Amino acid sequence: MSSERTRDFGRYVAAADDDVIICRCEEVAKGEIRRAVRDGLFTVHEVRRLLRCGMGLCQGNTCARLVRGIIARELGVAADSLVEATGRAPARPLEMRVFAREQGL
Amino acid sequence: MTDTFDVIIIGAGVIGNATAYYLARRGLKVAVLEKSDHIGGGASARNGGGVRQSGRHPAELPLAMYGVKNLWPNLSAELDLDVEYYRAGNLRLGKTGAHLDILAQLVQSAEAGGLDMRLIGAVEARGICPGLAEEVIGAGWCPSDGHANPLLVTLGYYRAARRLGARFISGAEVVELRKIRGRVAEVVTAEGEIRSAGRVVVAAGYESRKILSSVGLDVPMHPLQVECLVTEEAPPMFCQMLGTAMADFYGHQSRHGSFVFGGSHGYEAHAFYGQPLGTSIAASSVCRAIIGYLPALREIKIVRVWAGWLDECADHIPVIDNPAETPGLTVACGFSGHGFGIAPVVGILLAALATEETPVLDLSAFRYDRFRAQV
Repeated sequence: MSSERTRDFGRYVAAADDDVIICRCEEVAKGEIRRAVRDGLFTVHEVRRLLRCGMGLCQGNTCARLVRGIIARELGVAADSLVEATGRAPARPLEMRVFAREQGL
Repeated sequence: MTDTFDVIIIGAGVIGNATAYYLARRGLKVAVLEKSDHIGGGASARNGGGVRQSGRHPAELPLAMYGVKNLWPNLSAELDLDVEYYRAGNLRLGKTGAHLDILAQLVQSAEAGGLDMRLIGAVEARGICPGLAEEVIGAGWCPSDGHANPLLVTLGYYRAARRLGARFISGAEVVELRKIRGRVAEVVTAEGEIRSAGRVVVAAGYESRKILSSVGLDVPMHPLQVECLVTEEAPPMFCQMLGTAMADFYGHQSRHGSFVFGGSHGYEAHAFYGQPLGTSIAASSVCRAIIGYLPALREIKIVRVWAGWLDECADHIPVIDNPAETPGLTVACGFSGHGFGIAPVVGILLAALATEETPVLDLSAFRYDRFRAQV
């Protein structure tokens, strides 16, 4: 479904927990995510590309649901209406020398 | 009543967003339609971030040089977002005499275009980037090349254009362009919505082809898969963009401390077009190449690999043109994997084409009608 990206969110009201760290790997706070949504970043992919939340060592295993929930609340939609960020290989961080051994298709 | 705009841009990648920004800055009423649910989710967010002039096609070199001189240095201030632009040089490495021959040709081509690039020896190369393997015997060195963060540039242009009033609509797949009295004037989406514009700009990567076919245009290009990887963060090791004569890998260390590398495995042209899923061999092939040039990175951990599609044009340079047979239409596609580094200047050029002004650079090499039968 198409999504109009120009939207009136009203004035930003600071929340008491805006300073809470949501993504521990990359140290992204809740307020940063809320502001990004108001700046037009409406999907989990967009927010993580701007702020790096979910892009650190744990690849969002800790914060993915929290980030999605914050975006959904800011947009006023159900969290499960937002697509989760794409999981990517490797499942766990892996040394280059290990990767380098694989030869075939 | 249909929505009416001065300009409708199709594709919210870095080219479309930059064009929207420069048009909105002129006060024009702009809309950007994006097929995906995500802004900048295609090649714009999946490339290696090179801001490179060296190794460019001679026709593209003036665009790349204009951007590095006039646009990249101020881009962070302009977009109110630090896009992590480094103008720290590009080292293109060689290990054999044959490699040095390739590099010498690149240097010759750069010099012909007025770009400062030269061949340097192993000692000087190691002085610039201390971690290089002992097998490296020389390098091509272009001091004014660099890199930036493609995610931030793409979203930065989006955010800035949106703040200036450009309207973005995601999840809006354009299925047809319509002419009115011979002029491209309407854009139809899969949901059946029709929007009117004085000018339509198609900047949709490979998908441009399907859209352009609705008004009888075709650009000879094919989708090509490219894969990249990113490592865990590490202390600063080098700030240059690195590549090789054989182009088996390229990459840089980001502001974050992670290394972003891309490269090839030889089967790219045969990849199954569709979702940008990576192959099982790409990261391995790239890792072998990296370790061969930067042995210290053997133990660093990869945290993520990804793939993307680029729009490879038959002659490896884009189409940037107002085709004569389709008044009202501007075409920008076929960037062939070199689009990110020239995106800001292309945005300015497209803004000029869209307003029918004379662009600041000659675009005759990028005309739509340049393709001739080859047999």
